[in-house]
Amino acid sequence: MDIRFWNQEIETLAQKDLRQLQLTRLRELVGYAMKTPFYHKRLKKAGISSPEDIQDLEDLQKIPFTVKDDLRQAFPKGLLAVDMEQVVRIHSSSGTTGIPTVIYYTAKDLDRWTDLLARGIVATGAGPADVFQNMMSYGLFTGGLGLHYGAERVGLTVIPVGGGNTQRQLQLMRDFKTSVLHITPSYLLHIHQRMPEFRISPADLNLKKAWMGAEPHSENTRLKLQELYGIDIYNSYGLSEMNGPGVAFECAYKKDLHVWEDGYIIEIIDPATGKVLPEGQEGEVIFTNLIRHAMPLLRYRTRDLAFLHPEPCPCGRTGRRMSRITGRTDDMMIINGVNVFPSQIEEILMSIPEVGNNYQIHLTRKEGLDRLAVKVEIYSKLFTGDLSQLDALKAKINDKLRASITINSRIELHEPGALPAFEGKAKRVVDERDKL
Amino acid sequence: MKIKQISVFLENRKGRLYEICSLLGEAGINIRALTIAETETFGVLRMVVDKPAQAAELFRKHHVTVNQTDVVAVEVPDTPGGLANVLKILSDQNVNVEYMYGFVKKFSEKALLVFRFDDPARAHQVLMAAGVTVIGEKDITGL
Repeated sequence: MDIRFWNQEIETLAQKDLRQLQLTRLRELVGYAMKTPFYHKRLKKAGISSPEDIQDLEDLQKIPFTVKDDLRQAFPKGLLAVDMEQVVRIHSSSGTTGIPTVIYYTAKDLDRWTDLLARGIVATGAGPADVFQNMMSYGLFTGGLGLHYGAERVGLTVIPVGGGNTQRQLQLMRDFKTSVLHITPSYLLHIHQRMPEFRISPADLNLKKAWMGAEPHSENTRLKLQELYGIDIYNSYGLSEMNGPGVAFECAYKKDLHVWEDGYIIEIIDPATGKVLPEGQEGEVIFTNLIRHAMPLLRYRTRDLAFLHPEPCPCGRTGRRMSRITGRTDDMMIINGVNVFPSQIEEILMSIPEVGNNYQIHLTRKEGLDRLAVKVEIYSKLFTGDLSQLDALKAKINDKLRASITINSRIELHEPGALPAFEGKAKRVVDERDKL
Repeated sequence: MKIKQISVFLENRKGRLYEICSLLGEAGINIRALTIAETETFGVLRMVVDKPAQAAELFRKHHVTVNQTDVVAVEVPDTPGGLANVLKILSDQNVNVEYMYGFVKKFSEKALLVFRFDDPARAHQVLMAAGVTVIGEKDITGL
């Protein structure tokens, strides 16, 4: 096995030294957190008024969890720890339930994050000889830009194409002999299904590996895609609250994802009690971001479920491995790689007077892509008897939804009372997608 | 002279049209003319009935999404060009037809056409001036 490192010293640091480094960085982080209105109040309440109050890593548990809603409440600058002059980039969510979550980075934050991405890239065996086609969206989403800069740092040739336009993607792969992709599993599957249409087969291409993220998928999906393309596929995990992609990455062994523990403190908790679970038990993943000072986040609840492997990896990296995401503790849906909450859809629907009380969200998968259908009841009193009114209503619902969740949906209109009522145990989300 | 058309929102579900029509049948309400405008997932059933107010009330009671719309019904000879003649009158006077449907009367030489206009009052005026027979509420009830 060809084992390569970007920063061998840090990546193989002895556990004891790794914990010491975490403690030093945690203290520094608490210093920055104290400068934000949000944490100043919260940490004081928890009995922490200076970095010295953190004696050892156990003291982290005195700090209350931070949740996504805290980020919204703190919008826009309640979690900002530096002057805006020092901020060089902003990433933002699409605006879950109206208020977006915003992430700030200083130049140094981006530098540290990029370095973690470089580690992940090298861990999969990629290097300067590779041509990297980045098929994740650029822009406010962290997936595109994150890997972009990481790959440039390692010295790969980057094709910053972003998502979509399958024909063009295939053309680029062929013209530039692309060897590495960064892509969602559903899109990778979709491209394979469309290859015959463009008279291209994987054998015509120079693909060697793919980094796959943004959507949960099973080991079977990985194996199937590896076989379809004849390539190696590596899992990547990240979230914008923890900078973006590259929080954890698989190495050449492809046996789950190494967390860069000098950059993030990972805890696995019982989502019901908040208690930290013993290593190896499945629970909710909690991260403390040790490398971002512009916007500190301490003990952030990801709502993702996973577990940590206690045994070391033969590659020699000491950062423990987390499992792939096994589920969620909330009702978040992932539709073609975009995170969507049913509450976002509900809020839009309920703001439209012609829409009645009940709705249902239907998810299906066709040709490797997710399809979203939203069934709504019309409000009888506003029915005019015109077909054009109903067509306009459908268009209006779709437009408003797309503005919020960035996804096109098929709108179905129903008579009042036709959909299951919310009271009781009505299922608002019907997910008929095959498990990837 | 305007008459009331009953519009019903119909979702695309097996047996729904039957349910709607049997409600009318049981209440002794007679359908005089009917059309369905449909899309992939829903339709709008439009009809002229002999007792429109009663029909609307009946539908509301059964939680059927219903609306009453003013339409104009005219009688034309059931011969080639019958509809074209009426449409020419309207077109010459710039009266806009939103939609229309027709049916043939029993034991009669005439056809009945139901029009939805954006301006029913003016349409009525134009038709009357051209000597077209416009049907009133009473005529419908008695059909």
